[in-house]
Amino acid sequence: MVIERKWKTWVYFYIPLTVFVVGTLFPFYWMLITAIRPDAELYRSWRAATNTPFWTLQPTLEHFRDLMAKTTFPHWLWNTLFIAVTSTAISLFCGLLAGYALARLRFPMAGTLGTSIFVTYLVPPTLLFIPLANIIRTFQVGDTPWALILTYPTFLIPFCTWLLMGYFKTIPKELEECARIDGATRFGAMVRIIFPIAVPGILSAGIFAFTLSWNEFIYALVFLSSPEKKTVPVGVVSELIRGDIYFWGQLMAGALLGSIPVALVYSFFVEYYVTGLTGSVKG
Amino acid sequence: MAQVMMKDLNKKYDEVHAVKDVNLHIRDKEFMVLVGPSGCGKSTTLRMVAGLEEITSGEISIGDRVVNDLPPKDRDIAMVFQNYALYPHMTVYDNMAFGLKMRKFPKVEIQKRVQDAAEILGIQELLKRKPRQLSGGQRQRVAVGRAIVRHPQVFLFDEPLSNLDAKLRVQMRVELKRLHERLETTAIYVTHDQVEAMTLGDRVVVMKDGWIQQVGEPLELYGRPANKFVAGFIGSPSMNFVDVKVADANGALWAETQGIRVKVPPIHTSRLVPYKGQQVTMGVRPEDLHPASGSDPREYCFDAVVDVVEPLGSEILLDLRVGNNTIVARVEPTNRVKVHESTRLALTPDRAHFFDLKTELAI
Repeated sequence: MVIERKWKTWVYFYIPLTVFVVGTLFPFYWMLITAIRPDAELYRSWRAATNTPFWTLQPTLEHFRDLMAKTTFPHWLWNTLFIAVTSTAISLFCGLLAGYALARLRFPMAGTLGTSIFVTYLVPPTLLFIPLANIIRTFQVGDTPWALILTYPTFLIPFCTWLLMGYFKTIPKELEECARIDGATRFGAMVRIIFPIAVPGILSAGIFAFTLSWNEFIYALVFLSSPEKKTVPVGVVSELIRGDIYFWGQLMAGALLGSIPVALVYSFFVEYYVTGLTGSVKG
Repeated sequence: MAQVMMKDLNKKYDEVHAVKDVNLHIRDKEFMVLVGPSGCGKSTTLRMVAGLEEITSGEISIGDRVVNDLPPKDRDIAMVFQNYALYPHMTVYDNMAFGLKMRKFPKVEIQKRVQDAAEILGIQELLKRKPRQLSGGQRQRVAVGRAIVRHPQVFLFDEPLSNLDAKLRVQMRVELKRLHERLETTAIYVTHDQVEAMTLGDRVVVMKDGWIQQVGEPLELYGRPANKFVAGFIGSPSMNFVDVKVADANGALWAETQGIRVKVPPIHTSRLVPYKGQQVTMGVRPEDLHPASGSDPREYCFDAVVDVVEPLGSEILLDLRVGNNTIVARVEPTNRVKVHESTRLALTPDRAHFFDLKTELAI
């Protein structure tokens, strides 16, 4: 029995898990190894006797140096950060209030409003950017960070609203009722009681919103044109691929640096993030 | 300290009429219990007093003030919830102090009041803990403590003991009663447990389907129920009901059905005269039935077959069959009657109840 169980654990657990982990992490490893591989190694034949595709013996930071010196990468990084943080803050603020109202307040058409907010999230950005481009032009904010700060909330607010609405619903309503009897207004009860309890939900909504806007591509591609105003995903792709020439080393260095902030944010808040998605409050 | 008045109180949700024409006067310092099965409107009534539900029509006043349009925070009440509703991110001390802080009490006063309340409830050692580190009974105490530090005019309790295990519930029940005697504050207490209602209440309101069925002192509800519902709801095991025909024979009234023919007790005779020849419901509590002995008048005795014997230690409950009816009798633990045996029972004449078959009102 014991032996049988052992091989079953391997077949059903360890082997699939290993395949999954390797499959998930390999692209990141490839990115890292390409970023620190010298050009001579990058562009030699696969059949060369010295070819070592999975590791390198002469790691170099040359691509990173080139990235910083020859492109406007620091600008891209700053632009991306500024845009992501600002649009996340705007979306979280609106999502908090809207999510709370939809979860708690009884008002006419509440259900319809909730659904229609969700439906706007389903409209594909590839369709939406055409009318949005028109609006951007009318407001004359094209080729500025505000073009993105104002358009990202179109998909971030519905997302935050729904995630937070779900989280608020898991919080027993007696908590704020009690607070209201204890002397708080509805707004006071929301700010003093519900928001502190909802921190895991708020953080995971924030992390998601931040990641979505950090990685966003199509709006950034359409609404920004000057090289120094671009965001990382667009900048890396448009400035480091010239025609059919791929600057692989710098491309991968840029991708690596661009994914570090997101990885950091996730690893800091991973615990909150899990409870935020599963929702768990006990009175 | 204040009285609470409810005048023609109604609550309608879209489809449901949850509370219907409730008129209630809760006296100053009184412990009033609202009891009834789930969905009877008792919690909704309480929540309207708290200001957590809008009032559809009618009027509620606390003290001299009509509170219909006052927000909960301005009604000077405190409420204890079934799930305790402790703020999970605050310590016990902060939980108890929250209401006072919101009302901008000086820090020294807050500290004093929280300490006093903690002492009364025996939770001084828990003040620095978070709610999740407490047991159910301790959470309940903190919830009560949070209510009493405020010295409100009225306490509202919404099934506060329902989440506790049976033993703890009995203990907390006694403590709540003691606390009420000590604080002398008006209290409204909602429960579905008739034992809690009987033991805690100065007066008890029995509700069903949004209507008040009867308001009275516990023993009044037990002794003189206004209708069949109250009779069946109050008392455990609940009252036996048998549909009988009122017959006139030998110059007396008799209650007859298959297997039972008992004389209508003298105190009921005059009221049952109009029902001569008609069906009525007779109600007898299990504790008002006993094995017949020689001293029992024959006209109050009948035979029954034992179905189930439930020995409880201090007493035995007998489930018996009489004709088509099943009845329960509570007998002495020394009783040696066995299953399937026939036994002769006598009822205590002046403890029988009669109800109109249609209106279910007491006759």
